[in-house]
Amino acid sequence: MSFLLETIIGGLLVGTLYSLVAIGFVLVYKASGAFNYAQGSLVLCAALTFVTLVDKAWPPLAAGAATLVLMVTVAIAIERLVLRPLINQSQVTLFMATLGLSFIIEGLSQFFMGSTVHELDLGVVDLPIALGDILISRLDLIAAATAAILVVVLSFFFNRTRIGLALRAVADDPQAALSVGIRLNTLYRVVWGVTGFVALVAGLLWGARQGVQFSLTLVVLKALPVLIIGGFTSIGGAIVGGLIVGVSESLAEIYLGPLVGGSVSNWFAYVLATAFLLARPEGLFGERAINRV
Amino acid sequence: MTASQDLGERRSIRSLDFLVAPAIAVAFAVVGFGVIPAFGNDYWLNAILIPFLIMSLIGLGLNLLLGYAGQASLGSGGFMAVGAYVTYNVLLRLPALPLPFALLIGGLVAGAAGVAFGLPSLRIRAFYLLASTLAAQFLLEWLFNQFPWFSNYSPSGLISAPRLEFLGYDLTDARGRYLLTLTTVSLLTWLAYNLVRSQTGRNWQAIRDMDTAAAIIGIPVGSNKLLAFFVSSFVIGVGGALWAFAYLGSVDSRTFSLDRSFTVMFIVIIGGLGSISGGYIGAAFMVLLPILIDRVAGALFGGAIDGGQIQNLQHALFGALIIFFLAKEPNGLAALIKTFAARICKPRSSS
Repeated sequence: MSFLLETIIGGLLVGTLYSLVAIGFVLVYKASGAFNYAQGSLVLCAALTFVTLVDKAWPPLAAGAATLVLMVTVAIAIERLVLRPLINQSQVTLFMATLGLSFIIEGLSQFFMGSTVHELDLGVVDLPIALGDILISRLDLIAAATAAILVVVLSFFFNRTRIGLALRAVADDPQAALSVGIRLNTLYRVVWGVTGFVALVAGLLWGARQGVQFSLTLVVLKALPVLIIGGFTSIGGAIVGGLIVGVSESLAEIYLGPLVGGSVSNWFAYVLATAFLLARPEGLFGERAINRV
Repeated sequence: MTASQDLGERRSIRSLDFLVAPAIAVAFAVVGFGVIPAFGNDYWLNAILIPFLIMSLIGLGLNLLLGYAGQASLGSGGFMAVGAYVTYNVLLRLPALPLPFALLIGGLVAGAAGVAFGLPSLRIRAFYLLASTLAAQFLLEWLFNQFPWFSNYSPSGLISAPRLEFLGYDLTDARGRYLLTLTTVSLLTWLAYNLVRSQTGRNWQAIRDMDTAAAIIGIPVGSNKLLAFFVSSFVIGVGGALWAFAYLGSVDSRTFSLDRSFTVMFIVIIGGLGSISGGYIGAAFMVLLPILIDRVAGALFGGAIDGGQIQNLQHALFGALIIFFLAKEPNGLAALIKTFAARICKPRSSS
């Protein structure tokens, strides 16, 4: 019983980290209508920059600030140089463009900062905490708490401020939003800047968990089923989706894995997401689309 | 605005006018079957022509699904794997069957897998479908890696064609594999070219442009979507078997990873959605460009910078070119070439 509970709690903690990455997608999707595959490379780029600066004996705070400036700049440049020329293209084209973008970011990050595996030490002693007879990873707990705080702040920012309202208007209909005087370019810059920031936080937390290396970019593949389950347009959905994927994945790895010979976590989330899609095509919290002829 | 409308806004590009088509086809046949095997050397056949032809075929397969029927899929790598592994097992376990039948069975099973993973398309559309077909990609890749029966308990997980021969001719040298590839690709291209001009092709395009409207005018939407998944996966499966045995020789399941699906997707989008020639142009871009960048980079920086670093730069340059072409010509290189040709043929017309 306590083992089951431990698995569930571990899954929930990983799930918050999935949500953190997924939120980056939701923001871009709402603003630019694109599924930003390059989010994973942004996460890698952020973590690599931070680690490289710390290796050069920068104090962590200065390194963090410099990385933040870089990430926000890169994110805004992406919007200006890649997505704006592609405005009004189909979602599949936008997706492929961000895929090409991920080649650029990964290639350049590794060109300038090397492709060796780096340790990232956030100053957390990773000793498990015992709650009764349940063991919880301290690092995961702190990561989950950070993610939770970030999620609350972002939800507040995008639900209760004028910018959030503007974002909802743009997500609904960019032209109508323009016509009532919403400054589209400013909004794009804000949203992409926030996306760069989210990538930095995700990069630090994931980097501390599994080391800074190329495989960080694969986080993007974990975020996709989270978005399908939660819906592409809802921050709350991304959180719930992340928790569902995190828990069910760790349960599947332990209870389903041995039956079929292991490594089910590669595909389990996708099969789960497909099952969700069949039941609710617009995701748990997505907006229902009505088709007219 | 739904995504299916977005896809529908792309023009269907007629690549060849009906009178020109036979002439060009004959010219291609003479060059492809006559001139190239007689004069081409092994490097050209092995490293350039064979992968180019096979990727064109696979691009064509996805184009039938995405460009004509409007259903996005990132499962191409998985369906290629089905084609390759089934063909391998048929060749191995049913030695009496000749090679074309093994390829056919490989394609049919891949088509069946396509129908199974295409079932969600009855409920969901466009971009969500793109994500759900990833389930096919990961599940199939895992399946062939996990169960050693598929690779006949080979310790390294590698499979290689037990025999490549037809009617007593040995097809294992570069020329034989090239002719096998070219014959298969020509045949399937011809079938696809006719299919998209048949009632089925027009049904698909109606569904792509707007499935609600297609249903209203009496087109059976569900069965046509599944048929598109079947035909597309059949072509991709045959392509996968060729990729494994006519190009690489021996493969394991990692050959058919997600990156392969992305490559196929790039071929279709960069070449041109809803265009038969688009698959060929896109495949030329995706197969030749990396070789070209490699050559140029090697000539410019050879020895000056470490090889891994050059590779990182190539990666970045490749990504930049992809974005450049997507932004420059969103309808694909096929449309670009068509506009260019029209300008040359009619220099005085204002369009």
